[in-house]
Amino acid sequence: MSATSELHNLGQGGARAKRQNKTAFLFLLPWFLGLFVITIGPMLASLILSFTDYNLLQPAEFNGLENFSRMLGDERLHQSLGVTFTYVFVSVPVQLGLALGLAIVLDRGVRGLAFYRSMFYLPSLLGASVAIAVLWRMVFGADGLFNDGLALFGIEGRGWISEPETALGTLITLNVWTFGSPMVIFLAGLRQIPRMYYEAASVDGASRWRQFLSVTLPLLTPIIFFNLVLQIIHAFQSFTQAFIVSGGTGGPADSTLFYTLYLYQRGFGNFDMGYASALAWLLLLIVGAFTAINFWASKYWVFYND
Amino acid sequence: MTDTFAKATPATAPPASNPASPRRARGGFRRVRSIIKHALLILCVLVMLYPVLWMVVSSLRPNDVIFRDPSLLLNDLETGNYAEGWNAFADPFSVYLVNSSIVVLGAILGNLVSCSMAAYAFARLEFTAKRWWFAIMLLTIMLPIHVIIVPQYVLFAQLGWVNTFLPLIVPKLLATDAFFVFLMVQFIRGVPIELDEAARIDGAGHPRIFAQIILPLMVPALATTAIFTFIWTWNDFFSQLIYLTDPDIYTVPLALRAFVDAQAGTNWGAALAMSVVSLVPIFLVFLFGQRFLLRGIATTGGK
Repeated sequence: MSATSELHNLGQGGARAKRQNKTAFLFLLPWFLGLFVITIGPMLASLILSFTDYNLLQPAEFNGLENFSRMLGDERLHQSLGVTFTYVFVSVPVQLGLALGLAIVLDRGVRGLAFYRSMFYLPSLLGASVAIAVLWRMVFGADGLFNDGLALFGIEGRGWISEPETALGTLITLNVWTFGSPMVIFLAGLRQIPRMYYEAASVDGASRWRQFLSVTLPLLTPIIFFNLVLQIIHAFQSFTQAFIVSGGTGGPADSTLFYTLYLYQRGFGNFDMGYASALAWLLLLIVGAFTAINFWASKYWVFYND
Repeated sequence: MTDTFAKATPATAPPASNPASPRRARGGFRRVRSIIKHALLILCVLVMLYPVLWMVVSSLRPNDVIFRDPSLLLNDLETGNYAEGWNAFADPFSVYLVNSSIVVLGAILGNLVSCSMAAYAFARLEFTAKRWWFAIMLLTIMLPIHVIIVPQYVLFAQLGWVNTFLPLIVPKLLATDAFFVFLMVQFIRGVPIELDEAARIDGAGHPRIFAQIILPLMVPALATTAIFTFIWTWNDFFSQLIYLTDPDIYTVPLALRAFVDAQAGTNWGAALAMSVVSLVPIFLVFLFGQRFLLRGIATTGGK
């Protein structure tokens, strides 16, 4: 290609790029509006509000770092952090373990795969609803279904939701119950693994367990990583179930006081919006930090086959 | 294959004398294993779905029986809970169903239009700092709504939008559900660019290529978007709780919550019945839209 024709192309490309800028802007206009007016604007506003005392009625008053120093002594905040961390770090690994285990069982050519997959997936669609939270309240109540089940084995139950030691456990169970959607993602990932790897491994005399450890697991690490990042972010934001099960209080004895529930109570119960904004930013930092740690750690265990 | 092995195995044949016996023995073993596997899987399904089935059955039982009967056997059909529950709230339950439907339809329409437009730009157009905008778009998927909810509330309150459906619909018209933008970008990237080029040679501009080539081809992605939007919005509680405080414009989740809190421990039959009603649309979408749901989460990892 001669220099002149290249120049010509460049010129044309430039003109076209300009034209496309305008077109692209029109196509992106709703998104831009949303990004600046609904997302970035309020984000910055909430950053500013986090340094103020604001109750919606009177104008916000700048109070420096007071909200943040208040956090240090706020015991309900510490309680809610403990509850949320427990929830995230227990329910997410259990949920993903179950999802992975069942995906592997189902991937090995089980007849009726479509049926099992749908049945396991269904709770993922229902799990976020108020109706299921209402059901949970009944199932894990003192005279609920769960205790009836335990009675079959001669175990005496308790009021799982009304006692602080076990209330969070019922919410963890609810999150584990929705393992279907990561399971479907795992199943799709397992489909991507070329069959010839297994053939080669079995020619080499690798047992099924060995094949799982040396072929399946490494090739599945990107999917595990993806699910992990997604589910952690998701679990940190859980709200509805704790709200319904505890009647909006986070009780008993603040044992189900999720971070977002506490934020809601401060911001929309007490209209303590400066503090709620500070809490919101702390949440963003926590979620961001965990996502960053996840990405950093992924270098050491996630295997990209390309 | 397991079956043919098992059927071909005569129970009386002496295993040692038959050269094919190791295979046959393995076939039998496999069959037992497969039966055990299915039994365990079905047990898992039953344990998981038992509470939901019990909810449906119990909603058809008299109030005083509900907590005393953990079984799924229905002695006599009691539809009273539904009649009672329908009218036990401040308004007839149909009001809440209509309210929820308005929000859901608005959200679906908003997401379909705004997200597909943005996706077309990201997938097919060249523009300044495109990679940066795309990265920002991906980041907003992960952004917790709580970080923006306070100022957003202030903004909508000043516009006088609290206790209207606008705070729940307008953001969707502005493509704030970036997850769907991403889903559609992935889909459009899979559409052969030759189709666009052929249209361009025929003199079509981008609006026409978008409307007449890409949109008809991306119907599966649009369906996935519509279905997910439906389920997420129907189940959504947090933003509806914040923006809707007037009982007359309560949506289904808000009405259920108000009812359960007010009547806790007295009228579980009605609460269960209306809970079942509230889940019927989700079940229907699950039945008819499963294909799109499974494909959607397999490619993008939604809930």
